[in-house]
Amino acid sequence: MKTIRLFSGILLLLLALTLPAHSQCKAFAKKEVLPELSPYVHDGNYHAAILVEGEEAELYKTFYSDMEYRVVVMGEDKLPAVEFKVLDENKNVLFSSKDNNNSRMWDFKLESSKQLKLVIKVSSFNKPGDIPASGCVAIMFGFKVKK
Amino acid sequence: MNKLSRTGIIAVIILSLFVLPGCKSGGEKQKKIEPVVQKDVEKIKEDISKAEKMFNALPSPLESAMLIKTAGASFDRRFLNPIENVKLYTTTRSQALNLGIYTCDLSFASLYDQTQLIIDYMNAAKKMADGLGILDAINQETISRLEENINNKEVIMEIISETFMNSNSYLADNDQAAVAAIVLAGGWIEGLYIATQLVDLKNFNGNKLVATIIDQKLSIDILLNLLENNKGNPAVDELIGQVNKLKAVFDKINIKTTPIKTEIDPETNVTILKSKVTTDMSVETFKELTAIVKEIRDSFVK
Repeated sequence: MKTIRLFSGILLLLLALTLPAHSQCKAFAKKEVLPELSPYVHDGNYHAAILVEGEEAELYKTFYSDMEYRVVVMGEDKLPAVEFKVLDENKNVLFSSKDNNNSRMWDFKLESSKQLKLVIKVSSFNKPGDIPASGCVAIMFGFKVKK
Repeated sequence: MNKLSRTGIIAVIILSLFVLPGCKSGGEKQKKIEPVVQKDVEKIKEDISKAEKMFNALPSPLESAMLIKTAGASFDRRFLNPIENVKLYTTTRSQALNLGIYTCDLSFASLYDQTQLIIDYMNAAKKMADGLGILDAINQETISRLEENINNKEVIMEIISETFMNSNSYLADNDQAAVAAIVLAGGWIEGLYIATQLVDLKNFNGNKLVATIIDQKLSIDILLNLLENNKGNPAVDELIGQVNKLKAVFDKINIKTTPIKTEIDPETNVTILKSKVTTDMSVETFKELTAIVKEIRDSFVK
């Protein structure tokens, strides 16, 4: 019995030591980002990754004309500002967080369904010589039926 | 040496194997106190700006079910995957596909207040998640919370969304992107299957559900990209072949939209993306689409 307990303890310790940095991302998305979607219903999808200062990410999603959406893009506090843009298929910018007081969310609805592209960029602290900061960035969507 | 002390020594050796490399690395870091060379940091930053992460976001099972309901479709349990089938799913592929499928069926049942089915399908989804080793995605507490709020649609939707996120975040965070992609594919195909089965051909023209099905053409490339990113996994490779057959039918549908003009509703601060769309899909193409979707879905649930 003692042997089993000892091994279980070691296994738990090893598990804790080898937990990927990603699991912090889930906690961040759940605690910090999800509440921002309210009163919209979270669609249940999870888009989060560890990004580094200066890094860019893209997301493609179809948005439907029957729904009203909220997108929230947030980075952990240790990161510099996270900017995002929403573009149509012709690369026209429909929304830019930079042009909207660095807003981390955007509410929108569509007259006809469209596939849109989100471009997310972690800006830079601009401190030459420093190791670039890294942290979790989450992109989450909420929806509700269009009135 | 007694058994316990032998075990202790083995334990210390195992622990050392995991922990010591970390200690060594820490020691090296301490030795390298000299500042990182400016040129190297700039090179790292340059490499980072070139790096790119890409997310392909399919409609979730909950969103798919909501689209069907909003299109005015009625509920028909004949088109759900029977819960008795859970015992058939013993492989990672079948459990992943049917986690998506049962989550879609669960969402569909929840939007039509099918209280007993909600509990049954949550349990079916739990069995799939448990089979995939997704720890605590759906636990007893989830089921109890569901039962306590069985007449509260908002809470039910919240629970479904939460459990689905638990599953796909677990898979994404544990380097199982291929399995996560298969779950999403299963859910999306199930939504498309239910929608195509519910279309009344007598009311084909101007049917809102048909318009919702046409809209799915916009997601077929997203699904293919999602799968292509996980190419090499045999289950994913098989799915790519099936989805390409589906894409060939979607390619027969034309969708034309005018450029988007944005307008902000001053009362709600919601941006309206204004554009007009024209689509065409013949009854023949619809029948072809229905047949191929059924063929794929049947292969998932058998």
